[in-house]
Amino acid sequence: MPIWILRDFSKCSSCKLCEIVCSLKHENMVWPEAARIRIYEIIPGLPVISLCVQCDDYPCVSSCPFQALSVGEHGEVLVDKEKCTMCGACVTACPGNIPRILPGKQGVIICNLCNGEPECVKVCSEMGYHALQLVSKPEGGVVKNYLVKPEEASTKLLVKMMGEAE
Amino acid sequence: MKGFWGRLLEVDLATGAAHVLEIPEKAYRMFLGGRGLATYLLAKKYGEKWRLLDPLSPENPLMLLTGPLTGYYPGVKLSVTGKSPQSNSVVGSVVSSEVAVELKASGFDGLVLKGGCEKPCYIYVENGRVHLRDASDIWGLGGLKLIKKFHSLLKEDVNGEPGTPFVYIGPAGENRVRTAAVMSKLAHAAGYGGYGAVMGVKKVKAIAVKGYGSLPSIYDPESLSSLFRSTLRNVRERMKRFRQWGTTEGTWYTGYYLSSMPVRNWQEEWHDVKNFSHVGFELETWVKNPWADWGCPVACMKLSLVKREGEVYVTDNPDYEMAAYLGSNLGVFNPKETVLLSSLADELGLCGIQTGNVMGFAIELYEKGVLTRDEVGYELKWGDVECLARLMRDIAYRRGIGEVLAEGTYRAARILSEQKGVDLTRYAVQVKGIAVGAHGVRSRRDYPQPISYALSAQGGDHTSVAGFPVDSTESETWYAILDSGVVCMFTVLDDKGLLEYLNIITGWGLNLNEFYSIGRRIITLQRLLLSLGGPDAEWGVKDDDNPPRFYEPLPTGPYRGSSIGRDEVEELKKKYYAEIGWDERGIPTEETLRALGLGEFAPLLNQVRE
Repeated sequence: MPIWILRDFSKCSSCKLCEIVCSLKHENMVWPEAARIRIYEIIPGLPVISLCVQCDDYPCVSSCPFQALSVGEHGEVLVDKEKCTMCGACVTACPGNIPRILPGKQGVIICNLCNGEPECVKVCSEMGYHALQLVSKPEGGVVKNYLVKPEEASTKLLVKMMGEAE
Repeated sequence: MKGFWGRLLEVDLATGAAHVLEIPEKAYRMFLGGRGLATYLLAKKYGEKWRLLDPLSPENPLMLLTGPLTGYYPGVKLSVTGKSPQSNSVVGSVVSSEVAVELKASGFDGLVLKGGCEKPCYIYVENGRVHLRDASDIWGLGGLKLIKKFHSLLKEDVNGEPGTPFVYIGPAGENRVRTAAVMSKLAHAAGYGGYGAVMGVKKVKAIAVKGYGSLPSIYDPESLSSLFRSTLRNVRERMKRFRQWGTTEGTWYTGYYLSSMPVRNWQEEWHDVKNFSHVGFELETWVKNPWADWGCPVACMKLSLVKREGEVYVTDNPDYEMAAYLGSNLGVFNPKETVLLSSLADELGLCGIQTGNVMGFAIELYEKGVLTRDEVGYELKWGDVECLARLMRDIAYRRGIGEVLAEGTYRAARILSEQKGVDLTRYAVQVKGIAVGAHGVRSRRDYPQPISYALSAQGGDHTSVAGFPVDSTESETWYAILDSGVVCMFTVLDDKGLLEYLNIITGWGLNLNEFYSIGRRIITLQRLLLSLGGPDAEWGVKDDDNPPRFYEPLPTGPYRGSSIGRDEVEELKKKYYAEIGWDERGIPTEETLRALGLGEFAPLLNQVRE
């Protein structure tokens, strides 16, 4: 059954512990850029959570000329590091510009849901923030609506908080 | 080398050229990073010429440094140092900023700015590559306006990523106000030391950093992962009240219960205004709770917002220090007005503690008839938010009376004493050029040691207080370690835990004695530079003292009548000097310097003893 990481901007404290534990788990070191989840704190205190939404049509998977991407049992995107040439086709195909290519690192970086037990969700809940929660993947194409541009989302959150157009 | 890159990036602002400063592992072992490393590098570079170095000249380097614990220990702080325009020594000022992590991810342990720019500029560092860009579009701005505009500028100019972290100055820094802070993320300030003015002298408006690499490798990554998680859980458990209230809790607790909160320039330290408390702030101003910085399990910040006459003021809680200094110390006992003043200080880029202190000083002088309406141009009244906002702006722009007050409490008191022909230093609540933090010592309930500030190497800095036992978390050796590590004091549980962390990262295998020796070494070297002082202020044994006000008995509250005694302070002073290895004048002995591995600085003693 596909699972999904529910994200709540208003509960996110912007502590970025999700980024830290993600890189510790996948890279065995603190490497913020290699984290599969990202917190954009453009307006201080009003963070925007950004990670793969597992689109129903998976444009990244179908765009890969080398069949390096596939969909796993939890609905996650799996990257075959051997096949990936880091050509960037998936980055272009992604409506949210989510996959990342880092110099010195083999294979494009996309969230793989930690084999069904995402580390980011664990730490967020352990710390009592609950901005990330694990749910079954919502139907009806709603996941794509979460692909918001961080700059625009930040401005909206600010206007919402200040109660007027800035 | 584990936990470090062993190099700093040095930028010559006159030419824009960058080069790498190699730092040997021995220097890290002796000083860790941050405050300690900065003190060492500055002492080494300037030595006998320290007295001549004007903190407000472009020559004074501005150092943004990290430490071995940066990014690996929960929470984040960036160390901001140089020669302080307040104390004329090194003040290890820290600010919560992800710039610290980005520097490490760029392959550097820190950034050093030398010289100055001709025109306003900003700096963008990407993976160690330095871009020096025109900042005329953002010069003069502060607060949210600056943050929004700078993010767009970064995108247009250098294709910067959304949310690239940066530190900056507001108008106060641009105008070289000695109480100006180096700001971060709207409401964070490296306030003590006055480094906003140092950045302003260099005409550097902002410093943004982005690194795409990993943090430096560490000695024992397997142990680190589990230690990181257990530390998170322990801190989270211990700091639950902080999650809910932050330090704003002190607004009631420190004021009403402990009688240690500045009220009207420290004429009192007690209040019983129930609504002037964390609960009052929560009900009237908090729009988001909690708010945290990178890697923090505590989240002591809350986002506050008030509206007044069509203007929107946004800031953090405010934390206890701001509630005290931009609240009770100015006679303001109203959460909304305190948030307004706190937000204004942020926008102007002022240290709220130093500025709230000098404002309180000015209002008391007005109250006593020393300053007049003719001189000031308007009435100064406790609790009058309109005049307070006006005064704060005048300080940031050095207008009218603000020109003198912009020099900070110590220098303003000196200048006004001379002008008026009376001694006004008795109303100046500062130690060695640094306004005292919002924690009194008279009731002995909050900061119970009468020498907390008198003997601190950072004067009135409440985040670096002296005490006994010398090698303990009750003492400045500990705070020097925190500021050099570089860690946030609110995410650290105890010394043994922090030492274990340090050893796992560096592999040094230090014991607790060696650990505290690092702290002793740092404050001893800071002390040496403090004793050298110059060019506009020098400190002697007589300055190892409390502000005169602390010898006056508390006039109100449950600790009415309580104060500290001069004899008691003299006795503790002698004891402290002896235990830490300084002579009867408070000058480190040659023997002490050598024992701490600071023998190379022994020649400076001749100059100090003059």
